[in-house]
Amino acid sequence: MSDSPRLPPRRPWTMLERSLAAFGLSGRALVIAAPALWLTVFFLVPLFVVFGISLAVKQFGRPPYSPLLTTDEGTVQLTLHLSNYLRLLTDGLYVAAYLSSIRIALISTLITLLIGYPMAYAIARAPERWRNILLMLVILPFWTSFLLRVYALTGFMRGNGVINQVLGVFGIEPLVMMQTDFAVYVGIVYTYLPFMILPLYTNLVKLDGALLEASADLGSRPWQTFLSVTLPLSLPGIIAGSMLVFIPAIGEFVIPSLLGGPETLMIGRVLWDEFFQAANWPRAAAVAIAMLVVVVIPILLLQKAQDAIVEKGR
Amino acid sequence: MRRGWFLPITATLGFAFLYLPIMSLVIFSFNENRLVTVWSGFSTKWYGELFADPQMLGAAWRSLQVAFFSASFALVLGTLCAVALVRFKRFRGRTVLAGTVSAPLVMPDVITGLALLLLFVAMESLIGWPAGRGIVTIIIAHSTFCMAYVTVVVQSRLSDLDLSLEEAAMDLGATPVRVFFDITLPIIAPALVSGWLLAFTLSLDDLVIASFVSGPGSSTLPMVIFSKVRLGVSPDVNALATIIIGVVALGVVAAMLIGFSQQNRTRARRG
Amino acid sequence: MAKKPQLAFETRPWRDPAAKPFVRVRNVSKKFGDVVAVNDVSLDIFKSELFCLLGGSGSGKSTLLRMLAGFEVPTSGTIEIDGQDMTHVAPYNRPVNMMFQSYALFPHMSVEQNIAYGLKRDHLPSGEIRDRVAELLALVKLDDYGRRRPHQLSGGQRQRVALARALAKRPKLLLLDEPLGALDKKLREETQFELVKIQETLGVTFIVVTHDQEEAMTLATRIGVMNQGEIAMIGEPHDIYEFPNSRFVASFIGSVNMVEGVVTEDEPDHVRIRSADLGADIFVGHGVDCAPDQILWWAVRPEKITLSREMPAATDGANVTSGVVEEIGYLGDMTVYQVRLESGKLMRVTQTNTLRGNPDAITWDERVYLSWDPTAGSVLPV
Repeated sequence: MSDSPRLPPRRPWTMLERSLAAFGLSGRALVIAAPALWLTVFFLVPLFVVFGISLAVKQFGRPPYSPLLTTDEGTVQLTLHLSNYLRLLTDGLYVAAYLSSIRIALISTLITLLIGYPMAYAIARAPERWRNILLMLVILPFWTSFLLRVYALTGFMRGNGVINQVLGVFGIEPLVMMQTDFAVYVGIVYTYLPFMILPLYTNLVKLDGALLEASADLGSRPWQTFLSVTLPLSLPGIIAGSMLVFIPAIGEFVIPSLLGGPETLMIGRVLWDEFFQAANWPRAAAVAIAMLVVVVIPILLLQKAQDAIVEKGR
Repeated sequence: MRRGWFLPITATLGFAFLYLPIMSLVIFSFNENRLVTVWSGFSTKWYGELFADPQMLGAAWRSLQVAFFSASFALVLGTLCAVALVRFKRFRGRTVLAGTVSAPLVMPDVITGLALLLLFVAMESLIGWPAGRGIVTIIIAHSTFCMAYVTVVVQSRLSDLDLSLEEAAMDLGATPVRVFFDITLPIIAPALVSGWLLAFTLSLDDLVIASFVSGPGSSTLPMVIFSKVRLGVSPDVNALATIIIGVVALGVVAAMLIGFSQQNRTRARRG
Repeated sequence: MAKKPQLAFETRPWRDPAAKPFVRVRNVSKKFGDVVAVNDVSLDIFKSELFCLLGGSGSGKSTLLRMLAGFEVPTSGTIEIDGQDMTHVAPYNRPVNMMFQSYALFPHMSVEQNIAYGLKRDHLPSGEIRDRVAELLALVKLDDYGRRRPHQLSGGQRQRVALARALAKRPKLLLLDEPLGALDKKLREETQFELVKIQETLGVTFIVVTHDQEEAMTLATRIGVMNQGEIAMIGEPHDIYEFPNSRFVASFIGSVNMVEGVVTEDEPDHVRIRSADLGADIFVGHGVDCAPDQILWWAVRPEKITLSREMPAATDGANVTSGVVEEIGYLGDMTVYQVRLESGKLMRVTQTNTLRGNPDAITWDERVYLSWDPTAGSVLPV
């Protein structure tokens, strides 16, 4: 065996590769092409379609928007309307909705952080055999239905819901919680809390206990140690967790529509109503494009900058 | 370390906040009264009603099918994408691919849903496919946004994988495709399982995207629930929620126990 | 200490210009972007050799090994193995196997499955695979461990599984990337011995990459010292240590004192060098390829210098200088002295402790004479 010249044995896989190569396809090209093609067709192209339709106007028929290209006696005519974008700027509703989405997302992210941080810290400092169980308790709601968790909150905060019934036992007047901005904050905090706790926990559990001891040894009180050692070191976890809450919260639809009142303006809901209630597809498309430019692209750039900083830090 | 009272108390309150609404949901699913919040005796009648509701059952079955196929397509596409990004360091369009695959993670559902719907409508008028919208368009839409999650999960496992394992297999006579199936795939299998489960859950849970891209008669379970819940509290939704929570809890606990016993076995052997 | 493959003087094929090399690396270069990892390396390795590629990190030794295995394709140059051009042959079609630094044991397979993996790729009958696996497990003394998973083994056991797996296909050439790097010192010495024994038994050609000079000296029939992508010197361990060809090789292997000097006498049978660093003349007892007034370096190993309190019997005022003992390091078997010469140069001298508890040993701040033989040092180009 060792001295006979080794012929490449016939293997099924080489056969497959050879036949693919006959069509000018290497395995490598296939691996790249399949997802790339899929994402182009079903992710990138749709965004351009949205942009195109945002330049049309609503009309009755199928599809319910004016065609961009029309053929008129052999000449092709391109008709673009900027009216949707003008409307976004002039009608106070849209600007207010964008601002209020950002405000609601920011405030609820902050609340989630304030609740999530001590929880993550408590789990990270719990005895090891407890940690996995506590962590499981955090993850469990995430695997259950998001929609049903929001629904659970409605049962809790309704006029005759659990909270008000408990308050009633103590003779306290029922509180109006549902259909307010307050309910939206509670909803976001409630549903996204696990997203805040997990990255914070991953960060805090790695914190070297010797650092805290060193700080104490050098004369810091516990709260000084927390402010000067724990908090700065957990900054990456804070940023990661906040992004995980802020990003989905800003485009949220289910929470404002189930928990919020009619005056709770969030851009996801505005888009939804524009599409499903007003059946104005071009306007909905314009709202989406504006959302992309105002919210999504800045977030992507921010993330990229953050990655670059992390890379540098290493 | 000094034992404080602050952390245990906040943690307890936090967990109470997470679990009390869910628990009240479960408890009231066994309430005999139609008014969900007024307790008038133990009953399982809402479960009976739930299983007698053809709309609910049809939507549930449809959602499971959609989730199964979406998760499977997303798994294949996401894994390929992860392999391309981790293993092939230099190819044209790498940055574009990396950016595009992670973009759905930050894309609001309403935009993804609207964009795909408009695409399907435009495609239909251009090439006649897809004719109308239904389960197929939902699967395509879900595969696209779930694929991003699968990519992230598989990518992190793949980049932890020691490259010399693959080289060793190649050195012993395995062709690249063979190496993938013999070495890479079995080692990243846990990540594939969790990626698939994640995609399955996300698809099962999605309301917004499905609402845009579904057609008449192809409502998914979240869509049916949403339309019911919008009108107020309905006890059969409580029953459904209880079943889902029960299944998920069993699954998560089982996964944890398997993980534990594996850890213990490893530890016992090493010790 | 490990025993080297014992080859009789006349069977050292590298000393025979007519011998046919088994591995022939010709003018191989490898660039990664703008970085030149391996620069124009030519190398002949003979059958049954245990050749060590020795170098620091980034010296290109691993890249060279990976090109031999087929994981990297040379930017230019050719690699021939057993007379066949292998430059562009894929790793899975080469009669070469590799033992990885990380061992790269497949974590999801048992020890047996790991060893059998390469045999299965050759579609050997299962009976033969079973026999071969048993044979290899016996060879590496792991008979009872076949069913275990890699994570259930100790570091030394894993190392042996990796070796068995690499040997399973009976490769003509075995490449070993830092084979002992992950083991602790004691285990490393035992394993060195076993590795050489296995190599002798099987007669396989080994190419070992290592950064550990002691390991290279113990294992190798020949050593190739690499520096910045180039081969600095190829030679038997003895040559590399005693007759280095450059300042790099002299200082890379072992410790050395190096001084600058000017040639004052250049005769066919001797050379005289005046060194301001030493404050003395160096008399070299053999001819050197140089010219009068040329600036050269002279390197001498610490153990080649003798220390004495009295001026030794003069040899034309050459090969002797004096200084003050500044530091003493007692190592048990020997003592290291740091002696400061008048020029300010610090010389390292080691003396074997032949007397037990010598009360008259040289001590701190003593003025001492340093002397050496006319053939003690190497003359090196600038």
